[in-house]
Amino acid sequence: MSAPGSARSAARPIGLLVGFLLALAALLSLAPIGALAAEAPAPTPSPTGDFTTTFTVGGVIRSGDEPLEGVEVLVEGDGFSEVGTTGPDGRWSVSLPGRGEYTATLQVETLPEGIAPRDPDNVTRQVNIGTTNTVNVLFPTGEGRVSTTTIWDTVFTRLVYGLNFGLLLALAAIGITLIFGTTGVNNFAHGEMLTFGAIFFYVFTTALGWNVALALIATLALSAAFGWGQDAGLFRPLRRKGVGLVQVLIVTIGLSIVVRYLFLFFFGGGTENVNIGLSSTVSLGPVTITLASLISMGVSVAMLLLVAFFLTRTRIGKATRAVSDNASLAAASGINVDRVIRIVWVMAATLTGLAGILYGLYRGVTWDMGFAILLLMFAAVTLGGLGSAFGALVGSLIIGILTELSTVWIPPDLRYAVALIVLILVLLLRPQGVLGRRERIG
Amino acid sequence: MDWGSIIGNAAGELISPTTAAYALAAIGLSVHFGYAGLLNFGQAGFMAVGAYAFAITTLELGWPVWLAILAAIVASVVFAFVLGVPTLRLRADYLAIVTIAAAEIVRFVVSTVNLTAITGGSQGLSGFARGFDALNPFGDARFGFGPWTYSGEQWWVRVFGWGLVLLATVIVFLLMRSPWGRVVKGIREDEDAVRSLGKNVYSYKMQALVLGGVFGSLAGVVFILPRAVQPGNYGTALTFFIWTALLLGGAATVFGPIVGAMIFWAVLSLTNGVIVGLRDAGVLPFISTTQAGQIRFILVGLALMLLVVFRPQGIFGNKKELSFNV
Repeated sequence: MSAPGSARSAARPIGLLVGFLLALAALLSLAPIGALAAEAPAPTPSPTGDFTTTFTVGGVIRSGDEPLEGVEVLVEGDGFSEVGTTGPDGRWSVSLPGRGEYTATLQVETLPEGIAPRDPDNVTRQVNIGTTNTVNVLFPTGEGRVSTTTIWDTVFTRLVYGLNFGLLLALAAIGITLIFGTTGVNNFAHGEMLTFGAIFFYVFTTALGWNVALALIATLALSAAFGWGQDAGLFRPLRRKGVGLVQVLIVTIGLSIVVRYLFLFFFGGGTENVNIGLSSTVSLGPVTITLASLISMGVSVAMLLLVAFFLTRTRIGKATRAVSDNASLAAASGINVDRVIRIVWVMAATLTGLAGILYGLYRGVTWDMGFAILLLMFAAVTLGGLGSAFGALVGSLIIGILTELSTVWIPPDLRYAVALIVLILVLLLRPQGVLGRRERIG
Repeated sequence: MDWGSIIGNAAGELISPTTAAYALAAIGLSVHFGYAGLLNFGQAGFMAVGAYAFAITTLELGWPVWLAILAAIVASVVFAFVLGVPTLRLRADYLAIVTIAAAEIVRFVVSTVNLTAITGGSQGLSGFARGFDALNPFGDARFGFGPWTYSGEQWWVRVFGWGLVLLATVIVFLLMRSPWGRVVKGIREDEDAVRSLGKNVYSYKMQALVLGGVFGSLAGVVFILPRAVQPGNYGTALTFFIWTALLLGGAATVFGPIVGAMIFWAVLSLTNGVIVGLRDAGVLPFISTTQAGQIRFILVGLALMLLVVFRPQGIFGNKKELSFNV
């Protein structure tokens, strides 16, 4: 029942639409973060022809950097129907009779052998010729196999994507829940730690061309330092000063604004893809998944097991849970609460930085990527039970799978809304969450 | 640097309709947070609900201005109930998460492709202000003095917006001196104490949430009168800016929200003018014009952090009247 003709967000937000000409870049992006990225300068190909007064829709179709020739795109609307074919440079364009709503459909069967759309169930774009005369439509394609899919194949594919998303959400959300458990603060700047990891990994691997392992270590070290710095430079002094929890919560909001706009200032508003050569795909039954996603899932599971081991088997992990349980009692029994909180901050920042690296591989790097999924992390944490690390894992998996699975039935640009509605329903029915304890909810 | 135009622009911001909308939204937030102690992080959601209710009833149903405003109010009352029912019994930070989530849900829903016919999708709506402009009593001529010279239509938007701000201020002032206001402030101080006096805390909180939400929705209407409705405007950033404006002036004060909104916009305009001016003068050659616009958001964030740590009561506030101890 996925709505036909509804454009859906591709795996990479960059794969969306850009309008150009007359200096008017109209972003028709339908991705949830599209509205936020409205001022993002997107790479704009030069105009497709000499049309300055007519209305055209066009674009470039490539596989990687290779332009594809002879690919057909059907443009329809209002009784108008015409096929555009790509030339040797991969460009196609269709002149339109006037303003209005059109649909552009990539004719998948005209793609060369071994090339498939990145997102096979998203080959139709809605084109709205309103304020701009020319609209550019992108169909991200890559090497792959075109196959007819049944509803169960789609469901299964979404399940795997959702599992991947849920696992990396869990990496980030455990940080939120540990910080909340030990300090009582809902950290609204947590998304920025995720962006931090993604941006530095992008800079090290793609911009500076470092070795992946080196870049990984450097990024995680910087993330850890970022977490330590936030605690030592900001939150510990606030704790010492006895600043109230709500004030600290607003401080995290301010910090989130500052850091986010610093990212925008230095990184720019575009989407960058991390290129570490893992974009080849693996087919597991009906599911086609990139090698990077597969590795990402493995890394997430390994890290989550490590965290579980840390929390249940090590002295300092047990101390963390004790502080989380009752900070005063823990302090009275000789646990150095400040030290535990410092370790929690460093650990949370490292895990979240790692989640950022993986999320950057999965969806590309943008300046507000962390903030865009911050509420999903909160939803996951609340769903699992605030303050419970294992609850965060369960909640993240549920939220991750739910957001991806919901796109089978509802428009993909509403998938985050689904997660947030679930959050509200959970608070209505079971405010302490799946694994939370009742006394926390106040 | 052209100081005349920089200061002129900043002075213009003092009474601009956007400032009026921020002031009105901040008054609503002041009822929520300052007086009742409710952590509403979804004021942008209330504004979006008001703005879309006004625009859609005007464009789709052809309702007159007063009826469309009524629709905006009703929509925000419904929205407040949807938010309040699940969360007002829980701890304050749950309300924070739910309100921010609900505001984002509103933004996702109004920008979804499938509702483009009604909400205009990511492009938004425009052309709904004709009925409002037709009521303009000032004619077409430009008048005013100094930096405040506007056309009659522009004056009409300003007078309407600030008229609403004044009305809201008077309502809040009178309400907070009434027995109702004392109960609400009591809830902020100690919920259990008020409950032990036999008051229905839940109901009072809900009334405060509805009242502040209605102001937020009217702010949404004022906000869109000089511009189009665009879903991108109603992100969480809007909520946080209104919070900054409110905390700047002082949360539980009568004039705090208004002065806070004025200072917020005047300072934003000043810093932007100065940074762009310095750039054009070649002092900051490494900054592009877009980046110059981003610096002020960094400053907003910094201001918010410093304010809440060092002067949480704002410019006018009284430190005793603070609801930070949840």
